[in-house]
Amino acid sequence: MSATLRLALLLLAVAVCQGYQSNDIDEEDELVYEPSKYGSLWPLPQKVRVSEVSFKLPSASFKIVDAKESSAGPSCSLLQNAYRRYYEYMFGSVRKPGYVKSRAAGPSEISELQVWITSADSECDSYPSLTSDESYELTVDQPNAVLKASKVWGALRGLETFSQLVYEDAYGAKNINSTTISDFPRFAHRGILLDTSRHFLPIKVILANLEAMAMNKFNVFHWHIVDDPSFPYLSRTFPQLSQQGAYHPYTHVYTPADVKMIIEFARLRGIRVIPEFDTPGHTQSWGKGQKDLLTPCYSGTTPSGTFGPVNPILNTTYSFMRQLFSEISSVFPDAYVHLGGDEVDFSCWRSNPDIQNFMEQQGFGQDYSKLESFYIQKLLDIVTTTQKGYMIWQEVFDNGVKLKPDTLIHVWKGNQQQYKDEMANITSAGYHTLLSTPWYLNRISYGQDWQGVYRADPQDFKGTEAQKKLVIGGEACLWGEYVDATNLTPRLWPRASAVAERLWSAKEVTDISDAYSRLSMHRCRLVERGIPAEPLFTSFCPHEYKGV
Amino acid sequence: MSATLRLALLLLAVAVCQGYQSNDIDEEDELVYEPSKYGSLWPLPQKVRVSEVSFKLPSASFKIVDAKESSAGPSCSLLQNAYRRYYEYMFGSVRKPGYVKSRAAGPSEISELQVWITSADSECDSYPSLTSDESYELTVDQPNAVLKASKVWGALRGLETFSQLVYEDAYGAKNINSTTISDFPRFAHRGILLDTSRHFLPIKVILANLEAMAMNKFNVFHWHIVDDPSFPYLSRTFPQLSQQGAYHPYTHVYTPADVKMIIEFARLRGIRVIPEFDTPGHTQSWGKGQKDLLTPCYSGTTPSGTFGPVNPILNTTYSFMRQLFSEISSVFPDAYVHLGGDEVDFSCWRSNPDIQNFMEQQGFGQDYSKLESFYIQKLLDIVTTTQKGYMIWQEVFDNGVKLKPDTVVHVWMGNRVEEEMQNVTEAGYTTILSSPWYLDYISYGQDWQKYYKVEPLSFKGTEAQKKLVIGGEACLWGEYVDATNLTPRLWPRASAVAERLWSAKEVTDISDAYSRLSMHRCRLVERGIPAEPLFTSFCPHEYKGV
Repeated sequence: MSATLRLALLLLAVAVCQGYQSNDIDEEDELVYEPSKYGSLWPLPQKVRVSEVSFKLPSASFKIVDAKESSAGPSCSLLQNAYRRYYEYMFGSVRKPGYVKSRAAGPSEISELQVWITSADSECDSYPSLTSDESYELTVDQPNAVLKASKVWGALRGLETFSQLVYEDAYGAKNINSTTISDFPRFAHRGILLDTSRHFLPIKVILANLEAMAMNKFNVFHWHIVDDPSFPYLSRTFPQLSQQGAYHPYTHVYTPADVKMIIEFARLRGIRVIPEFDTPGHTQSWGKGQKDLLTPCYSGTTPSGTFGPVNPILNTTYSFMRQLFSEISSVFPDAYVHLGGDEVDFSCWRSNPDIQNFMEQQGFGQDYSKLESFYIQKLLDIVTTTQKGYMIWQEVFDNGVKLKPDTLIHVWKGNQQQYKDEMANITSAGYHTLLSTPWYLNRISYGQDWQGVYRADPQDFKGTEAQKKLVIGGEACLWGEYVDATNLTPRLWPRASAVAERLWSAKEVTDISDAYSRLSMHRCRLVERGIPAEPLFTSFCPHEYKGV
Repeated sequence: MSATLRLALLLLAVAVCQGYQSNDIDEEDELVYEPSKYGSLWPLPQKVRVSEVSFKLPSASFKIVDAKESSAGPSCSLLQNAYRRYYEYMFGSVRKPGYVKSRAAGPSEISELQVWITSADSECDSYPSLTSDESYELTVDQPNAVLKASKVWGALRGLETFSQLVYEDAYGAKNINSTTISDFPRFAHRGILLDTSRHFLPIKVILANLEAMAMNKFNVFHWHIVDDPSFPYLSRTFPQLSQQGAYHPYTHVYTPADVKMIIEFARLRGIRVIPEFDTPGHTQSWGKGQKDLLTPCYSGTTPSGTFGPVNPILNTTYSFMRQLFSEISSVFPDAYVHLGGDEVDFSCWRSNPDIQNFMEQQGFGQDYSKLESFYIQKLLDIVTTTQKGYMIWQEVFDNGVKLKPDTVVHVWMGNRVEEEMQNVTEAGYTTILSSPWYLDYISYGQDWQKYYKVEPLSFKGTEAQKKLVIGGEACLWGEYVDATNLTPRLWPRASAVAERLWSAKEVTDISDAYSRLSMHRCRLVERGIPAEPLFTSFCPHEYKGV
């Protein structure tokens, strides 16, 4: 990687000033802003070569077109849609002249970006998956810029990168430097978890965050759609679940059309949507619309009127799950569904005499984790019949439940040492895993906590090369206790961007000062594109956020 | 205070659920949501009596009018403006019928709120001040609701209270219960500090926050307008200050017209605007547009090229300050200006041979706080000639600078807060408190509880000393906030401070506060303010922005 980049950083410039802090005390590393030789690229591509030679981009007449040899044509609406979107990001603020004179390209201009899908199957109409090829090659030179990718997924990533290379000179003209980039993600699973149960998130908020995810090359929306507080998923099979379990049965639900729209919006940006229907715990809201689903808790010999986890000893439970997951598997096209399995509280099970009898019959003794495993095992079998793979929170693995070899185990607990040990254990058992522990972004603190987020590395545990390969990525989690439409977006961005670079860029990309510089500019770009991404520190953006 | 309030809490209802926390650990007091007998009132008025009798409000035809006896009439645009605003808050979402049938009021409805300014001078065209009368009496009963206040300021507070009493029944009809309220603020100075130097805040953000302040009965906007990082104040006298010192000389400045608009917008809501021009420290951005204002720092015997605090030994410094503060005193109508005076770093002064000589001449020895006091003393004399009172950060008092008796000492340091309050008031100065209310400090969980539990008068002192505490300010310093996140970070956390400063000392029930504040925050959201949630919950009308 070598690069020299001389940027008249007007478009993306961000001034970050010295940290004199009025009436303020402690602080993280104090970083001094210096322009990076990589400009505002985020996440940093695997191989970048930027020369000092710069070209002008004719704003009004600039074209993004399919290369002649491309296997994707005008009928690939995913790409056509992306061309429009990126034209708008790059030139949207430009006032158009009345008409564009057709003219030959000037000696130092680039008037076209050609997008060339090289594989016979562009996957234009498919859904992205864990094995989707997101690599691309970008060459910016005269006469035209060329973006080569095997599939549309790489083209999407390359378009984002191309748009990040464009900058404004002192006269407001759009420029780009001669550049060659060869890029691919370090990890295949790069996700954001949003929680729509603790607070309902209007569609608009979800879509805006999918946009921001694409700008950061995230590719998984982990939709923690239901939980204890509310059940906003409108099920066709069991409409009473949201009718009774949502905060409001009309204003606070996701209809099938909403879900479909979110999935398609995500697909067009190369983002998978993995829903999580967490059981047997975290299901209080399910019980409102589904009689006998939850375990009745007892105080002494009489039911107390409260309910615990899903009741694992009734056949009706499993026939319900069979129907529900059959629906889920057809509504959500992704090959994986997240089954939760975390934080099961045994006290209610323990109080219930029927459960006690069942435990005895099964010979589980007093080990309620065996009962949990009994339930999960049956659930996994059900989900397997729907042809889906599954993700589960780490407890399911910890409890020794028998898992399919392609199960993805999601690590979320513990301190640094504990999660590293967990990653080592999971991978030595041969399972694939992904990391979230250091990336619980709902936890906030004063200062630049993105630095700690940035420093975590999912492969930083003791294990063989083969074990490391079983780490497929990670997810930034924004649990919903304290966020809703009012504050979610600025709380997530650009803090999640730190995770984005860790999961996409090469392992060696760890220079925190360089990251600070690029990330400061990247966050101003997010702001300019309408995402209210909060500041890293004292600074300004040329175009401040226009909302409130 | 007695009240029973049966509310079909549809409009303002907020469901707060049990705190099962997915993958989450530690937590503050877990509060269970139960409707308060005071509904959604925030901050809680001093005396409230709500009966179970409820009346309907005819949305389309409801009127807010000047009482016949009122000293304010249609020419009082402050009130006319407020009537429109509160009508909109209460009935804005109602779909209007094509025309409103004129009809007699039904047997159980209230069709009018009469606003009665009782004092001969309504102060309609004045600016609010530290001594403004904000008290009011509100009676909601048939045939009409009546809001009585001596001055327009009390009427503004009472309108907010009236609007907080309105709720929707199960059919969407607007209701209000028979109520009598007698209300006044516990403290006269209830402020919010915003910092427009570390990040520039677009006008729109400032105005939205003034709106939110009015909804919380705050009455002071402490405008920390300039500081080290940038100088966005466009000075008529010294335009080069922002030309050179702002982040950008056109897009990141406040023009005289902007400032005027902000002051008027605030005045219409009974909010004072107190600008802070902090010196001699915190002035790096000033130096860019004003040669020789800052002290050149030395490394060894040569200037290092960097600059320190304002240079206190040059006559030019004081003539500059005289002109600048003369302008400020005419641009900002409030009787007070905040002069800062905090966190002066002596290392640069120490390095400068001219300063060293001056110290010797003056007999200051090595005590640079004497030099700081020398500067501040001269500055205070200058500001005094502009007929303004001044506020200063606590260091100025701590350093023993001679202060005018009406000086307001602003306590901000986190250590020995009570001792400081005690010392300041013992010396006979009025004071305001900010130390526990630095809202720029964030942490995981319900930190509003911490802000709420503060008692500003908990220090040791006589009754007379306690009386010198005129209030407090919530501060939102700008290192980590700008237009993208400021409003949800400030609200409803600042609302906790609002109730502490307005309501009676005894109003400390945290569960009751949780209930009212949850509903209050949904009301803020409904009025377009992106106030963040207190905990797992929902609002009937979620925020419409992103």
